[in-house]
Amino acid sequence: MGNMKAERMRVCATTGLPVCLSAELFIKLNAVFGVVSLLIGAVAAILLALTRWEAVALLDPIDYYMVISLHGLNMLIFWILFMEMAILYFASTTLLNSRNFNNALSWGQFGLMLIGMVMVNYSVLAGRASVTMTSYVPLRAEQEFYLGMILFAVGALLGTANFFGGLYIAKRDKTYKGAIPLVVFGALAAAIIAVFTIVHGAIVLIPTWLWSLGVLENPPDAVWYRLIWWALGHCSQQINVCAMVAVWYFLATLTTGAKPLNQTVCRFAFLLYILFINLASAHHLLVDPAVSAGWKMWNTSYALYLAVMASMIHGFTVPASVEVAGRKKGIGGLFGWLTKAPWKDPGFSAFFLSLVIFGFGGGITGVTLGTHQINIIAHNTLRIPGHFHVTVAGGTTLAFMGLAYYVVPLIFRRDYSFKAFARLQPYIFGFGISLMAIGMTLAGSLGVPRRHPDIDFTGARVVADLGDAAPFLAMLGIGGVIAATGALIFVLLTVHAVFLGKSNKGRAMDSWQTPEQSKLTANLISTKWSPNEPGLKPKGTVVLTFIFLASFAVYYFANWKALIDVWPVK
Amino acid sequence: MSIFNPPARWIEAPHGYERVWMGIALAWCVVLSVAMPYWHFTGKQTSAGEAYTVEPGQFDARVARFVAANQVDTRNGLPVVQPPPGGDIYLIGKSWQWYPILKLKKGIEYRLHTSSFDYQHGFSLLPMNMNFQVLPGYDHVITFTPAEAGEFNIICNEFCGAGHHVMTGLIIVEE
Repeated sequence: MGNMKAERMRVCATTGLPVCLSAELFIKLNAVFGVVSLLIGAVAAILLALTRWEAVALLDPIDYYMVISLHGLNMLIFWILFMEMAILYFASTTLLNSRNFNNALSWGQFGLMLIGMVMVNYSVLAGRASVTMTSYVPLRAEQEFYLGMILFAVGALLGTANFFGGLYIAKRDKTYKGAIPLVVFGALAAAIIAVFTIVHGAIVLIPTWLWSLGVLENPPDAVWYRLIWWALGHCSQQINVCAMVAVWYFLATLTTGAKPLNQTVCRFAFLLYILFINLASAHHLLVDPAVSAGWKMWNTSYALYLAVMASMIHGFTVPASVEVAGRKKGIGGLFGWLTKAPWKDPGFSAFFLSLVIFGFGGGITGVTLGTHQINIIAHNTLRIPGHFHVTVAGGTTLAFMGLAYYVVPLIFRRDYSFKAFARLQPYIFGFGISLMAIGMTLAGSLGVPRRHPDIDFTGARVVADLGDAAPFLAMLGIGGVIAATGALIFVLLTVHAVFLGKSNKGRAMDSWQTPEQSKLTANLISTKWSPNEPGLKPKGTVVLTFIFLASFAVYYFANWKALIDVWPVK
Repeated sequence: MSIFNPPARWIEAPHGYERVWMGIALAWCVVLSVAMPYWHFTGKQTSAGEAYTVEPGQFDARVARFVAANQVDTRNGLPVVQPPPGGDIYLIGKSWQWYPILKLKKGIEYRLHTSSFDYQHGFSLLPMNMNFQVLPGYDHVITFTPAEAGEFNIICNEFCGAGHHVMTGLIIVEE
């Protein structure tokens, strides 16, 4: 098939899609170390949640700063990027009917990322790099921390190069007809954003590394560091958004047979991400010195919020495609497509919860906190982690978990055991992370800072009274423990499946759905039909998106109202 | 199908509900975009980012002169400084305290010069939850008017090392 040698490929017994064996190896390696990172991050998360929950107050401040560095790096960087590498291998081979571009390059990708991850984790755990994920200069970590980050970034860059090479040979060898599939297009958008993200990482981390070595006498300028670092830090979250949306489309198709209503619209939305997301580093500099109000407003608006519009488009198109697929299966009513959806399929529930949590939680809070003036009452408070835990954890991580419930059976060819736990897991994680984020947001609204082990400032001379925040911090603690438990259940189930799961070689994977559901879905995937037939109109989605818009407006204007109470300031 | 190649002629204009939603989304984005400049010209709170480069040692010396000229009291070992109403006032973030304690008049506009002697710090005024970034090498001028009398705590909300959680300060506002 395609450009693959017969002995270097297999045909998937479930989907009939070709699988390049080299790409399969690298998907496995990256996924395994992604899950290892998730495990480290989740253990750290429990410790952090039990510290900020004032009634428990587990860690002392020095340990807290070390563990928060460990948590941020493993969750936001290692888990996410290893998984994204796995997605890039999958998208440029199986979905294009093509082979892996270059195995040496792939070994370079995986090897450098693994070495980088080990170096950084060693440095943090040895207490040599308690600088938190942002590592703002002139705070200084030991040199292996920066070198580890640089090696990890270079590895990721090699991974994107291999992906672009993969697109090239597939095109050259004519392994597919016409345009690339939408999921590959989403992965391509993520890879393009990854390139300029990682280049910014190199620009900012190389001089910082040289300074930590003593080669450069002075640290980089603080404003310069923040501007460039956030072109790494924020844009890398936008890689997550792209990859997550691509996974939404993928899982929507796989679990319900959904078909995008209009491919042009979906691709246009991905294009908007590529064009406008790089302005987002300004979101972190909204109350900074030396950058003007005009600069802040232009950049934080992404030049007319066009990247926000992109997310709002996906936020309509993805559920609409699921609704239309439901109607095509003959399910009626305004929300029948939701009530009769395969909620016991963790691939579906993880994907749909991810969509809802990301949109209602992460999207609304993100735009509001990223509004220039509103940032005055949000910057560096707990509202910020309250926002990004429902984007990158409740959104991206949950979507990637849903993906794993299909990747392990299809790529590792092992079925999950303890299926009842797997069916429950997305709900546990989604509920916990949402509860935690709500607690964080409410506590942050009272001024409780992020990255603090407590709110009595450990007996400091003058004590701000933030006692009202205690119940919200308890929500944070309880939600955090529930979410981390959900993540650990996922890790245990997945590790068990990968090493001890029942082999499904030579047969289709165990379906997560009822025979009736999977038959209807398989039927939609394999037959030709148009999602724009009359009678398939996504009316339920229209209602949902208007509820979304109303919630958005209420939260947004409530924040302007709250800003009025702040002292006049400029 | 999102996992298969699209049909040969896949480029088409949006239609139906999707098209309506795109229009609404764009209109909402315009509202979001206009809100910030609107508030900038009509609202009372913004962050203009006025700043001047300054060596940490130089800024520290300015703070010392400001304290020497205006100190009225000592509290918890820190000088309490009462500047002439409406003037330039100084505050430095040092590992790990905000120095000095400022005594201000309600309803008077002050130009607060703030900078860091060492690491990046976060100026967070409680309980009204007003937050600004303070960086070494930059004299960040925050022009503000205390709107109520009382004692207001400053905490640090940018991670600045081992003593970050005990870094606090105080602003006293009198009628």
